[in-house]
Amino acid sequence: MSDRYDAIIVGAGHNGMICGALLAKAGKQVLILEAAMQVGGAAVTREFAAGYSVSACAHLLYQLQPQVLKDLNLNLDYAADDIAAIALSTTGDHLRIRGNHTEGLSEDDAVELRSFHARMTRYANLLNKYLNKAPPRLGVRNRRDLTTLAQLGFDVRKLGRKDMREFLRLIGMNIFDELEERFDNPLLKGALAVDAVMGTHLGPRSPTTILTYLYRLAGNQGRVAQMAGGMSTLSESLAKVARDNGATIRTNMAVKRVVVENGRATGVETEKGEVFSSRVVVSNADPKSTIMDLVNPRHVETGFTRRVHNIRMRGNAAKLHLALDGLPTIKGLDKKSFADRMIIAPDINYVERAFNPAKYGATSPHPVMEVTFPSLRDATLAPTGKHVLSAIVQYAPYNLKEGWDDAARDAFKQTAIDTITTYAPDLPERINDSELLTPADIESEFRITGGHWHHGELTLDQFMFVRPVAGAAQYEMPLEGLFLCGAGSHPGGGLNGAAGRNAAIAILRREKAA
Amino acid sequence: MTTAAVDLTRLKTPFYPRLEALDRLHTWHSWKGYRSADAFTNGEIEYFAIRNSAAVFDLSPMTKYRITGNDARIYVDRLVTRDMLNKVGAGRVAYAVWCDDQGQVIDDGTIFHLRDDEYRLCSQEFHLPWLRAAAIGMNVDIREETADYAALALQGPNSYSILKNLGLSGIENLKLFGLRHFDFAGTELMVSRTGFTGDLGYELWIDADKALPLWDALFEAGKLHGIRAIGTHALEQSRIEAGYLAAYVEFLPANETVRTGRTRSPFELGLDWLVDFKKPNFNGRRALAAEKREGSTWRFVKLDIEGNKTASSAYIYADKRAKKNIGFVTSATWSPVCKKNIALGTVRMPHGKVGETVYVEVYYQREMHWSRMMAKAEVVSKPFWDPPRRRATPPGLF
Ligand SMILES: Cc1cc2nc3c(=O)[nH]c(=O)nc-3n(C[C@H](O)[C@H](O)[C@H](O)COP(=O)(O)OP(=O)(O)OC[C@H]3O[C@@H](n4cnc5c(N)ncnc54)[C@H](O)[C@@H]3O)c2cc1C
Repeated sequence: MSDRYDAIIVGAGHNGMICGALLAKAGKQVLILEAAMQVGGAAVTREFAAGYSVSACAHLLYQLQPQVLKDLNLNLDYAADDIAAIALSTTGDHLRIRGNHTEGLSEDDAVELRSFHARMTRYANLLNKYLNKAPPRLGVRNRRDLTTLAQLGFDVRKLGRKDMREFLRLIGMNIFDELEERFDNPLLKGALAVDAVMGTHLGPRSPTTILTYLYRLAGNQGRVAQMAGGMSTLSESLAKVARDNGATIRTNMAVKRVVVENGRATGVETEKGEVFSSRVVVSNADPKSTIMDLVNPRHVETGFTRRVHNIRMRGNAAKLHLALDGLPTIKGLDKKSFADRMIIAPDINYVERAFNPAKYGATSPHPVMEVTFPSLRDATLAPTGKHVLSAIVQYAPYNLKEGWDDAARDAFKQTAIDTITTYAPDLPERINDSELLTPADIESEFRITGGHWHHGELTLDQFMFVRPVAGAAQYEMPLEGLFLCGAGSHPGGGLNGAAGRNAAIAILRREKAA
Repeated sequence: MTTAAVDLTRLKTPFYPRLEALDRLHTWHSWKGYRSADAFTNGEIEYFAIRNSAAVFDLSPMTKYRITGNDARIYVDRLVTRDMLNKVGAGRVAYAVWCDDQGQVIDDGTIFHLRDDEYRLCSQEFHLPWLRAAAIGMNVDIREETADYAALALQGPNSYSILKNLGLSGIENLKLFGLRHFDFAGTELMVSRTGFTGDLGYELWIDADKALPLWDALFEAGKLHGIRAIGTHALEQSRIEAGYLAAYVEFLPANETVRTGRTRSPFELGLDWLVDFKKPNFNGRRALAAEKREGSTWRFVKLDIEGNKTASSAYIYADKRAKKNIGFVTSATWSPVCKKNIALGTVRMPHGKVGETVYVEVYYQREMHWSRMMAKAEVVSKPFWDPPRRRATPPGLF
């Protein structure tokens, strides 16, 4: 225990590894400790049935920040990087959406979609710029904070008077009203709404769902990719860059606590009892478990503790994995189209209705789904001729009224399968094996409090300046030597890497200042 | 439609039957919802009971919380700015302030370390939400017990003799800011050597349903020692003489203050001695360390003012011609025992150093007509009233 690291990173999620790689690249001695057997956090490939593998949590890549790839000199191996969305229809009249281009829309809707898409892209680009830097602190006289704030005001103003007003009008609004006003086609509205609510405890009528829509669009301008070999390929590439730059990564090393001495984080103790010391501790775990479990509130102040305690982070997304003998048939859909992502949300009210029970701790009887067949583009995932299905299923509230036990999980799994079966009647005959991960399962397997996609709800009151909580949005926590670098900090979740990169910049800047 | 009858009258403390019987003035006000008397017979006479014989004040409405559990010590230590771990053992009482994360005072109060892992916190204001928030992640139980316990302050030079008469053996060894448990008619009576008057005095704490027997026994024991019930008027006068703070007067509770710059840090209330930076963490530590480095905005001052016109709500100036306004008076009174015109106030730094002369703009009325004077005042360091008998152990018998 004589070595003292410059930085210890708790967790080898993609953000932890990006942060670690950048710190190592800057010449820092970095140790990354990961509880799981493999790196990647919620971005991993794992076998769920004999011979069948799947991206266990996150399955599509659409937000990864180009800046991250550039900084790390990383080229990724995509199985596909322009995946379309297919809004499924029971009648077989599906809608294929790729960016602003959609087959099967009325002329009016097509025109509207082009203008909607152009506007949203403009706003998403503006937003994206601010996802890649720490939000300015408010009410302080620091030059950089003031400059960033002024720049933000200027950038919004630069949109032009009309556009700026529209931006300010939309940013807190719900997507339901906006879509209803613009479009007729129910499938189109349903599918766009799903992009806004995926991973949240929000329905299309909830405020700030325009923001969540923009957020999703921001990273890669809405281009959706699939990693060859599943998400572990991404995570292994990140681990490799981190190691190549000199960082040490150790898996199967759960951290029990952050060691605090004399009001300073000075290292960590693992569950096995090993102690590692470092100048800074950086947590890729979510803010709640970092402060409540790893640090312990006695080492931080009450106002901060209360805010962290109150972070809303109850997950709603379940993950369905099916091992299939072969592809099922869907009326009106050719085999090639199975390589795209299918959306089950026949209209926008369907999405809102799916959300309703979640408010009261019950699952959706007719869930919203994003269904993929990744094996179609990636033969490594299933035995020859066989296939895997990977789907995100909403809503499955973490706080299920009767609690998540095997019966509740099986029941919701059946609901999910039945829902797909409405479109693919022969699906049940094809199923060899199946798995459903509820938010409770995700919490225990991936160590994410509440199993929440973003490590904390992505709404205006938990966004930018106040993410994870007011007064701590610059990655540095109010405990000397402690930083956050995960999805719970600015800007939020999804595989985008911005939090990890921004945190590394903040840590290096802090070191310089000290 | 019928409406259920709602009792809108104020709450009555367990001593109320005795208070009501003594009351000649009918000047009651609300103290956190309880009936509390301004005075019972005459404010002046009651004041002199504090300074010359023995005064009894019903402080049952004081907000009380019981803090218990394995983490209770760590909990109170993190809550307040002073060292509670090493310096306030079981059987001791501490005056303390607690701050928010910005280092601004939420309230001040007394913390009684009743037994190992068991504390009582007494304050002017209600604090359950904050105390509960401070308990997040700790093994402590916080319970409000304001109504469960009756409390009396017995203050004045004769207070020790009266407790001796009451038969509290060992009371002679009780030091300032100490507490002890006694048996009173089969019930636990807690006595602390504390008070709000700056004089020799005690506070007595007992189950609410034993309040009246305690009152009767106390008055019987004090019969020949000039024991007298007093109201808030007399207490307020002695509190200013002692230089003690009052919430909503010398400071606003930070969590109820809207405007920035209207709250005060412990440094700005003259409580530097209560802030212990040797503690690695407490609420407000980071902000207070920064304030210590960068300087405070306000300073708490005690003023000895010329003349005899009370300087209530007066502006404070650096110069006689009232060109430079530096602050204002928060509490003021004529001090009969010191024969001084005294006040507490808040002034902008760097003004108000001890020994400095400032000017107080006093308005006073004589036969309807108002006059204004610029009274010269000196900033003093010591409390106006702090007699040696306050800490003498054992105290003198009278
Ligand atoms: C069901 C579901 C589906 C999703 N689908 C997508 C998708 O398709 N596309 C997309 O972009 N995003 C998706 N997401 C979101 C995305 O997976 C997360 O936002 C992202 O993984 C967060 O990355 P991170 O590095 O910040 O944290 P994580 O990926 O959660 O990694 C944190 C790491 O820290 C480790 N850790 C925690 N505590 C400790 C400890 N005490 N000691 C040691 N290690 C510890 C964990 O084991 C984990 O490896 C999905 C999320 C869910 C829940």
